[in-house]
Formats: sequence, C-alpha cells, structure tokens
Amino acid sequence: MSTTESNIEPASQLDPNVVSMTINGKAVLARKGEWIIAAADRTEDFIPRFCYHPRMESVGVCRQCLVEVEGPRGPMMVVSCMTPVAQGQVVRTDTDIVKRAQEGMIELLLANHPLDCPVCDKGGECPLQDQAFSHGPGESRYIEEKRHYEKPIPISGLVFLDRERCILCDRCTRFADEVAGDPLITFIHRGNNTQVMTFPDEPFASYFSGNTVQICPVGALTAEPYRFKARPWDLQQQESTCTTCSVGCRTVVQSSRNEILRYQGVDSDPVNWGWLCDRGRFNFQSTNSQNRLATPLIKSDDGLKPASWTAALDETARALRHAQPGSIAILGGARGTNEDAWAWAQLADVLGVEMRDAQLDDGLPAEIFGYPGATIDDACSAATVILLAPDLKEELPVLYLRLRGAAEKKKIRIIEIATHDSGLTRYAWKSIMHEPGNQVQTVQDVLSAPEIKEQLGRGRVVLVAGRSNLAELAHNTMAAVDSIVTTVAQVSVLPVLRRGNVRGALSLGLAPRASNDAAAILEAAANGKIDCLILLGADPLSDVPDADLARRGVAGARFIIAIDTFLTNSSAHADIVLPAAAYGEKDGTTTNLEGRVTDVVQSITPHATSRPDWMMAAELATLLGNDLGILTLQDIQARISQTVVGFDGLSVSVAVRKNGVLISVPPVSPLQVHHEAVTKRNSYEYRLVVARKLYDEAVATAMSQSLSALATGAGVYVHPLDLERIGAKDGSSVRISSTGRSVVLPVYASMSVTRGTAFAPFNQKGVDIRELLQATDGVTDVQIANIS
Amino acid sequence: MSRLTDAHVTLAKEIIGRYPRPKSALVPLLHLAQEQDGYITRDAMVHIGQLVGVTSAEVYGTATFYEMFKFEPVGKYVVNICGTMSCALMGSEELMHHAEKRLGIKAGGTTADGMFTLEHAECQAACTEAPCLQVNYRYRYRLTPADLDQLIDDLSSERLTHEIPPHGTVAKVRQHIPPHLGVGAVEPELVTESPVWLDSKAAL
Ligand code: SF4
Ligand code: SF4
Ligand code: FES
Ligand code: FES
Repeated sequence: MSTTESNIEPASQLDPNVVSMTINGKAVLARKGEWIIAAADRTEDFIPRFCYHPRMESVGVCRQCLVEVEGPRGPMMVVSCMTPVAQGQVVRTDTDIVKRAQEGMIELLLANHPLDCPVCDKGGECPLQDQAFSHGPGESRYIEEKRHYEKPIPISGLVFLDRERCILCDRCTRFADEVAGDPLITFIHRGNNTQVMTFPDEPFASYFSGNTVQICPVGALTAEPYRFKARPWDLQQQESTCTTCSVGCRTVVQSSRNEILRYQGVDSDPVNWGWLCDRGRFNFQSTNSQNRLATPLIKSDDGLKPASWTAALDETARALRHAQPGSIAILGGARGTNEDAWAWAQLADVLGVEMRDAQLDDGLPAEIFGYPGATIDDACSAATVILLAPDLKEELPVLYLRLRGAAEKKKIRIIEIATHDSGLTRYAWKSIMHEPGNQVQTVQDVLSAPEIKEQLGRGRVVLVAGRSNLAELAHNTMAAVDSIVTTVAQVSVLPVLRRGNVRGALSLGLAPRASNDAAAILEAAANGKIDCLILLGADPLSDVPDADLARRGVAGARFIIAIDTFLTNSSAHADIVLPAAAYGEKDGTTTNLEGRVTDVVQSITPHATSRPDWMMAAELATLLGNDLGILTLQDIQARISQTVVGFDGLSVSVAVRKNGVLISVPPVSPLQVHHEAVTKRNSYEYRLVVARKLYDEAVATAMSQSLSALATGAGVYVHPLDLERIGAKDGSSVRISSTGRSVVLPVYASMSVTRGTAFAPFNQKGVDIRELLQATDGVTDVQIANIS
Repeated sequence: MSRLTDAHVTLAKEIIGRYPRPKSALVPLLHLAQEQDGYITRDAMVHIGQLVGVTSAEVYGTATFYEMFKFEPVGKYVVNICGTMSCALMGSEELMHHAEKRLGIKAGGTTADGMFTLEHAECQAACTEAPCLQVNYRYRYRLTPADLDQLIDDLSSERLTHEIPPHGTVAKVRQHIPPHLGVGAVEPELVTESPVWLDSKAAL
C-alpha cells in the first residue's frame, strides 16, 4: 500500500484554505475539503481502513475507519474517509466506542473470511491480517459454516480471484472504472451473494490489471507471475524506476535469492501516482529468462561461439582500431542508463565517431527538446492539451492514465489531432482525424477555428508531441509541431518519445550529428561505408520501420559489434556479441520524457558474466589507449554533472530522491522545418498508419511468459465500409501492396480507423508490415486486394 | 442467443431518449430483453451495453442486482409463493408442498414442458391477503391448495392469457412518451427548467 506524501506546509491561520482542528487532542492543520483520514495520516494516529485509497474517490463501504467527531449533540461516529475536515473540528480516534466499532467491523469481515493466511500470498503484507491484529477483537463468536466459492478463478491471463477472501472493499472495481477506464470487473448480485466478477467469458483485459492486485487489501486478487513464489518477509526490496518506456514510473523491485520476483508501484506525485502498466509490472520475467546471453560470443566459420571477455574485448578493440576514420557508427543506447549512454558517447568521441543515433528512425529528431518543455503535471493542469502523438494508452500507458484522469475530472480539455481513434479519443474535448501527411494543413485549419481559438486563449496550453505513424516521415509531425508552437501563445511541449531512456541518451551525447541519423547510417552501411557498426542494445532488423533498409544496412556493415541482453534478430548477425547487464542488475540513473532524472537500482547480480554497458566502454577505451578516467559509476556521475549542460549540479545523491530532479534544458534552436505538401492519395489506395501496441515482439515482452501471449499478432485494420469495398470478410486474407512490394495479412474491420486509411500494428508476430515501408517516403499508400 | 430485434432496437432508442444519460435506460432495456426472450441472454446484455455505451460487465452487474431478471430460461409462468411471516402463518408452506407435488418439481425448478417455474418469495406486501402468490408478478390472494390446482389448470390450458402474459412482459400496454413531453437527453447539471410534465400538472 502506498500513501501520498503531503504537500501541505504549515500555513498561517489566515489562509482561507487551511483549517485547524484537533485529532486526539493534538492540533492539526488541514486543507479545506480534505478528508479526516488524510489529515490523520500526517499524525501519529493511524486510522484503520480497507476501502479508502488516497488516489481514488472515497466510497465509505468498509466502515473500518469510524472515528468520533464532537458535534452539537455530543460525539458522533462518522467514517473518516468521507467526512471533510472543518475549522475547530474535534476528532477522536482512540475512544472505547471507536475501539468497539473497529473490533466489530473486523469480526464481521472475518465471519466469512477463510483465514487461509498460511497458504495466502498476501500473508505478511495483508492489511486485513495486520489490522485484525492491531484493531481486531482477537476472537470470533461466529461458529457457523463460512460461505464457500470455487477457489481462485482466473479473471484474466494475469490475475486470479479468490472470492472467499474478498471483503468487497470496491478498490479493484473502482480502480478499473475510475482510474483505468476499463470497467470490466464489477460487483454482481447483491447482499450476501455480492462478488467481484467479469462478464461471463470476457476476461479483465486491462493494460493496468496488475494495479488491482497491488491495492487489494486482502489476498483475493493475485498475479499469476508472483503466485506462491515468495513470502513478503523473505523479499529484499529497492526503490527504482521502470525504464520499459519513458514515463519512468517509480517502482520497488523485490527479489529473493538473487531472482527478481515482483515490481510494485510507488507513489511519485509528479509521475505515476503509484500505478504501473502491466507491461512494466510483469516484464521482470525476461530478466530471469533462460535465453539471456551468458558469455561473449565471437563469430567463427560455424556461427557464433562463446568466448572469454578478454578475447572478445581484444577482438572488439582490434576491429575498432582497424576501422577507417569516419567509418564507425553507433546505433542505440536508449535502453541503458544515463551513465551507459554517456560512457559510450565518450568512447565515440575518442574514436571520432560522427555517426551515432540513439533512435532507430522511429521517433522524432532530438530538436523536439529545444522547445519550451512541459512536465506531466504541467499537462494535467493546463487549460488545453493538444495531442499530436501516438496512442498514449499503447505507448506510454501511465501518462495516458494521468491525462485521462485530468480530462475526466474536467481539469483539462484535450484537443486530439490524430489519424485514428486512440485510447484518449473518448475523453477528448475535440478529436480531429486527418489523413497521414496532412497534419500541417489540419493543424492550421484547427487553429483558425473560432471555437478552438477561444479555448486556446483560456490559459496554458501543453502540446504532447510524438511520432504517431511509422509509415510516414517524422518531418510531417515536426512541421505540425512547429506550426502549433509558432501560432499558439503560452504553449510548452511534452515530447513523448517512447523508449526508456531515449531522452537521457540523446541528451548525453548519442544524438545524431548533422543529418547522420539512423536511416542515414544504415544507408551508409548498405553502401559499404561502415567498417564497424556498434549496436548498443539496438535491434534495427526488428525496430527500424524500413525493413529493407535495415537488412541492407546490417548486411553491408563490415563488422558488427552487438551489446545486448538477448540474441536478437540483429545481434545474431554480429561478429562479436557482448552480454549486457539488464534492468535490475545495475545501478545508475535514467531520464524520463519530461527530463526527470531518477535512479535505477541494482537488485540482483548480473546474469552469468554480463556487465553494465558503461564498463565495456571504459575497458575498450583503455584497450585503445584512451583511458576515459572512469572506474566507478560515481566517477561518471561526477563527470556528467561537471560537463553536460543541463545536468550540471546534479549528483546522484540528489537524483535518488523519489521524485527525481528535472534537468534544465539548454535552449536548442529548433529544427528548421520547411514543409512540402504531401501528394494526394489516389482514391483506390489506402494510406497506411503503422504504430505500436502495448504488447508486441519487443524482447522484454516476448521473453516474459505471462505477457508474450497478449500480443495481437500481425494484421491490418480498416473501416467496416472499406472492408466491404475491398470485398473481404473480417479475418480473411488480403494482399497489401505498394510500389512493387507486397505482403499478405489478415484484415479486420475496426470502427476506430478512418475511412481511406489502413492501420497495422508494428512489430507483431506474423508477416511483417515493415516490408512495405521506405524511409524516404513522405507517406505510404497501399492497395488492398481480397485474395480469399 | 439473441440480441434485441430491430423493432426492439427502435423501441430501445425511444426509451434511451427519455433519459438525460443513455445508461439510465439500462433497467427498462433489460426488461425489454426479458420480454423478448423470457430471460436475459448473454448477447442481449452485450447488445444493451453497446446501445447505452457501457461495458457488458457493467450491464451484468446491474442486471444481477435484481431478482426479477433471470439469466437462464424459465417457464412461461413463474409462480412465486410468498413464504414470509403472515403467509407462513396462513399456510404457505402447505401451499408450496402442494405446488411441488402437483408440478413435480422442487422450488427453484422448471417443469419439463417449460410451462412453470416455481419459486419461493419473500413478502409481497399483500400480507392481509395471506397466503398469496404471484404468477409472472400478477397477484393471486388467499389461496387454498384447491385454488392452486385450479390456477395451474387454467394456466396450462391457456385460459388466463388475457390477464397473464408470458414471463418477461411487464405491461401489455406500451407506454409511449412523445419526445416533447420527455426530459430529453440533457445532462442533469444543465437542466435549468422543470420538466414539461411537471408544469402541466401544476395547471390541473
Ligand atoms: S477483490 Fe480485493 S480489491 Fe476487489 S473488492 Fe475484493 S477485497 Fe476489494
Ligand atoms: S508506463 Fe512505462 S514506465 Fe510506467 S510502468 Fe508502464 S512501461 Fe513502465
Ligand atoms: S475506509 Fe472509510 S469506510 Fe472504508
Ligand atoms: S408475508 Fe406474504 S405478502 Fe407479506
């Protein structure tokens, strides 16, 4: 259970928003409108509770939090989780009457509770168990047979429900409805028969289902990956940051006997409010995977063969030494820590490497950071949020939760400019759909509409900007961003590039120089101009949108050095593979999409002989006769804070603080964007949108047993009327072709796809849509033919 | 398993239009589904969820709250014999035993021909007329076992169809509220005037 940190400062009695009251005779200051229980949480006096959760609306259903409040007719029992504080209020939490009420409630809850604590996963960290000890009567008068239900039933592939243990606190159901917006579990029946349930045969398929397990105050909800794995008192835990995507949710990493067993969300007020998405929560399984690389590999005549680190590093140094000047390139770096990225950037400097890019032609140019920046809190408190971004529910799930919550509470108005419906469409004030490539025109039309102009004049505007379509040039988005930033007053930009530490890597020296971005690097490799291609946790064969370019690039590079945790599509082609320590196996810091630096913490020893990326960079530099002068992580951190603009004054002792530290962004001159009009679509063709889903073939997802089955698989989605026009049936095969290339995929009808466009999820199992993409195409138009 | 028929969808839309928020129409639409199929099918719940914009789980949660909604096929006639205090004192237990023997089923069961479902009910607020029962929620008062036999004979030979429609039909007369007399689909917080029907009452 996580609690919210208070941000109330002792205020003057004159502040109209502050009231003074007493709790058990001690003076307490509270914010007007706050519940008594929240005020009491800042004192020594703990009020027991089950249903109250500081990040959700109170419902007052468990009655465990009763306290006495002095009233005109003497003291009165009230639920402290739904009674607001008031000036001069006198609250008592420790009277005999309160104690009797607390004991009575616990006795009632335990009447039907199975008390199978010895075999219950929650035992040891269970609010019911704990509070039965601290506030219960000690024994029960109930001797009748308890209520029975079938023991745990799966309500999804990830979550099990044991209805006998459920105390009907409404936390999970409230979370699903109020926070996640996926009301797929509810209370069914009534009275003694009430139970939490899904619709028959319809699973609780929410991207956020793991949170219900974390907030369930009993062992009624358990998560498949953790069931019967450990007892809470055997777990070691460290607070850390999730680096699966760039939201950077705060987590606690729990491990036992050198194996990561669970992540729990930690409440970071500016970031994740205690929530995690299921991908981030459960992909620790990949760290424990049997398929992890154990030793360095060196290519021989019969494939990659295990080698010693000494041999592998010598061989790597030799290859780097013999590369022609200007023929070394580095791709990747966004999956590691700030320190990893910085160390490799230093090595790159030493080697005179001009060609480097932490992205794989799947994001936006680093110049996006040059606009005035916004934080997540800025976005959630702006008057207007303009979304020019991928579907945040799919790519940056907890950012989606924050924005959805703000829109639901009517704090912000969202104007969405997109190519197809997203998770936020139903919460948007206005949602404007456009054909890929037309965003500049659309933005200009939208901004000149009187109603929109009026709205934009109402206060701060935050533009959430990211790459929403991998089947068109990033340039189209940048031009639209530029157009908004130059037209709208009081606007700041929240860049939503997806990969974990992409902002850190780009800011610490792995941003492309001149126009040598990933596409240019691969093109150079294809043309035989790259002697040595370093893949720093990058898998271009899977992640670069233009599959053909990636293939030609990887084939054309003379020597490939891959630093990775798994043998991926690309690292399998490498000449040398160096096994890297994974998340949870190394210390360091990471930078989230806001530019917030927080720490990531080592919980277990690195798998087999794998080691952190920065160590490899340091050793290689030494072997090449250019000692970087770094022996420890602290050396790197000191150097970063001394030398990198924006990171100055930032030492790890500051960064470890739970909410992290925002880097100050040096003003960069934004990209000079000149927009060329995009060609019109031929009406027989469909304009392609390719974007990511939460679950795909990304290695950490695919290597986590509980997540790998959740990916949708390859396919193409069109509007039902277009499906009719194609003459195909839902689920049948179609041939999709563009300039001489074609793929065969199943087609599905979807109301969320705009007519005239076709949507294909990226990096899914099955036929690869990337075969149709070309890095140089402004947009991708395809023909779809029924072949069944 | 059936979704709502086209005619019922039209009707459903009219009903939805009577409420400020579509999901307020959930319960009347569940009655409509029960009238159509005699019980509430899984597909009907999915369909209703789509019509009012909530998830199937939410429809299910609301529907299961009410005893009068059935989720498995029941007889054409659902006989609820009251067993609460007044009726119990006046012989409802004997009545129930008699009904069970006569129909050859236990309380909660349905006859093989699909004509009758027998149920035990709590007080039906007709205590002065004990013992009482309801057939498809239509009352029968002060019954003796002989009266019950007669009732079952009448129902079996379809002599009471004018009075007791098959299970699921709430009322034989459909109410149509012309749109101009409805509150209309206005969010509650935006309603500033009292509804037309209330004003028109003031004139009486
Ligand atoms: S399953 Fe857990 S969270 Fe959900 S209502 Fe029951 S006790 Fe509460
Ligand atoms: S939203 Fe991103 S950072 Fe947060 S838990 Fe999910 S993957 Fe991790
Ligand atoms: S915590 Fe107050 S009623 Fe449950
Ligand atoms: S007791 Fe039977 S109607 Fe009241």
